[in-house]
Amino acid sequence: MSALAVAGLDKSFGGLRVASNVNLSVEPGERRLVIGPNGAGKTTLFNLITGELAPDRGTITLNGRDITRAPSRRRAHMGLARTYQIITLFPRDTILHNVMLALLGLSPLRWNALVPLAGQHQLAERARAALARVGLDSIAERPLAQTSYGERRRVEIAMALAQEPKVLLLDEPFAGLSIDERRDIQRLLADIPREVTMVMIEHNMDVALELADRITLLHFGEVIVEGTRAEVVADQRTREVYLGS
Amino acid sequence: MIRLAPRHLAVAAALALLLTLPAWVGNSYYVNIASQILLWAVLALALNVLVGYAGLVSLGHAGLFAMAGYTAALLIGAGHGHLAADAAALAVTLATTAVFAVLALRATGIGFLMITLAIGQILWGIAYRWASLTNGDNGINVGSRPAPFGLSLAGAGAFYYATLVVFLLAVASMAMLVRSPFGASLAGTRDQPRRMTALGYNVWLIRFLAILFSGLWSGVAGLLFLYYNQFISPQVVALTTSAEALLMVISGGSGTLLGPIFGAAIVVIMKNVVSAYVERWNLVLGLIFILIISFMPEGLVPGSARLWRAARQRLIGEARRDGASRAPSRAPAEPAGARTPLAPLPERGP
Repeated sequence: MSALAVAGLDKSFGGLRVASNVNLSVEPGERRLVIGPNGAGKTTLFNLITGELAPDRGTITLNGRDITRAPSRRRAHMGLARTYQIITLFPRDTILHNVMLALLGLSPLRWNALVPLAGQHQLAERARAALARVGLDSIAERPLAQTSYGERRRVEIAMALAQEPKVLLLDEPFAGLSIDERRDIQRLLADIPREVTMVMIEHNMDVALELADRITLLHFGEVIVEGTRAEVVADQRTREVYLGS
Repeated sequence: MIRLAPRHLAVAAALALLLTLPAWVGNSYYVNIASQILLWAVLALALNVLVGYAGLVSLGHAGLFAMAGYTAALLIGAGHGHLAADAAALAVTLATTAVFAVLALRATGIGFLMITLAIGQILWGIAYRWASLTNGDNGINVGSRPAPFGLSLAGAGAFYYATLVVFLLAVASMAMLVRSPFGASLAGTRDQPRRMTALGYNVWLIRFLAILFSGLWSGVAGLLFLYYNQFISPQVVALTTSAEALLMVISGGSGTLLGPIFGAAIVVIMKNVVSAYVERWNLVLGLIFILIISFMPEGLVPGSARLWRAARQRLIGEARRDGASRAPSRAPAEPAGARTPLAPLPERGP
């Protein structure tokens, strides 16, 4: 049984087809890299999988359960987490509070209006543990507005990891990072245990290729090539899409 | 021994001030003004839950405020007791708020504002035109104030203390809400609704519950208003009331607990006290708002705190520089809180 399966997925914005009969099957524990030029429909595919967009046709299954019609928030409770290409964090709060919100999202405690959040030590400990995994535990109390871009990328990942997802969608986790920072994030992602299935969109081939088991190439909303790293890199169509020759 | 933070001392001082107010104000005219400030502060605080913590700006809260007042006035007029009338009034207000919320939550931002404005105007229309029910422009009189536990609230002092109790309950409940996990969820839906959904939150339901909470306290404020004046008329349902409540929140500082209270104080004092000396008191009120928005766009309370911190920083900085010039061998210390400037974070996601 696939951890994540997408079958015959279609999505159009008016006359523009952004997903065209997309089929994708990711095995449990797999690291899947989704590549493709700008506008290929990679982020749209993520938005369809997480439920931010509704597909025109097709089905999405998560660990064998059909989630095509499940609201976005329920998919999070079923073990789906994502990070954003454009960093989407809570700028007024501390790093720790950001991660605590990720934990709270899956906890019934989020409805409690009668106890102070500051007294939830267990929640804070779990948030610190998630921050330790990305190396930010020493600056947990720092307001997000005073952190660097690279640190914010790590907060994104810490929030996703804190939710202990079964399937983790990473939308360009290396975007805008320096070479050193990219290496750090690469190591961090490589350390994520195989219990977590990962699907990653990325342009930085130097760091992303090493992480991938299989690669899917999208172009104009269609899956053009899919296979192992070597197969996809060697494929003539990959060269055509990327080099235009 | 319990160590008291300056914050606790300030709260204790404010409480002592409020509790002894009738004693040192003396004149019942000013005691009544204090009651008015407190009752309007309850409405401003209720609105602030939406404006400040949920990021939803409502221009229809006068409708909810008046819904409670009118319902209670009508029931008392029909011969029901105060307790039953007040309980029913709050229940009706909650039901109205639920409809209000379902309609308004079709949108956020300007859309939300326009829908709340429209609902507020509908309620005003009912109060003004459905004369057989509401007595139209003439309004409704209420013969007496309630006497909880046998204590008469007829006098200015007694009514002040009753209002103070309700006000303190409102402040306590809001302080509890904003510090709670639910409060954190609510603030999250204000800052990043998309992200909150992806994290597993039901953004709509969180906002809906916040509106219910806000509506309930607006209703409580409406009951205080009814009993204070022993009269209610369509004037209070008008857009002006909603706009004034919003001005209280924004001028005092939305998203803070103290801000709406100070905002209510400014508006009530302008309306009642300054208007006795300056005929065009609206002009003075307008000037004050322009000054606040120009120099403290975040509102009076957070703005004053910011200016105070800046002034203190400068004083400390000067003291350090003086010290450094006297002892040039020491390396100049970095001012506290200085950090490398970093790229500002985008306020909202796309």
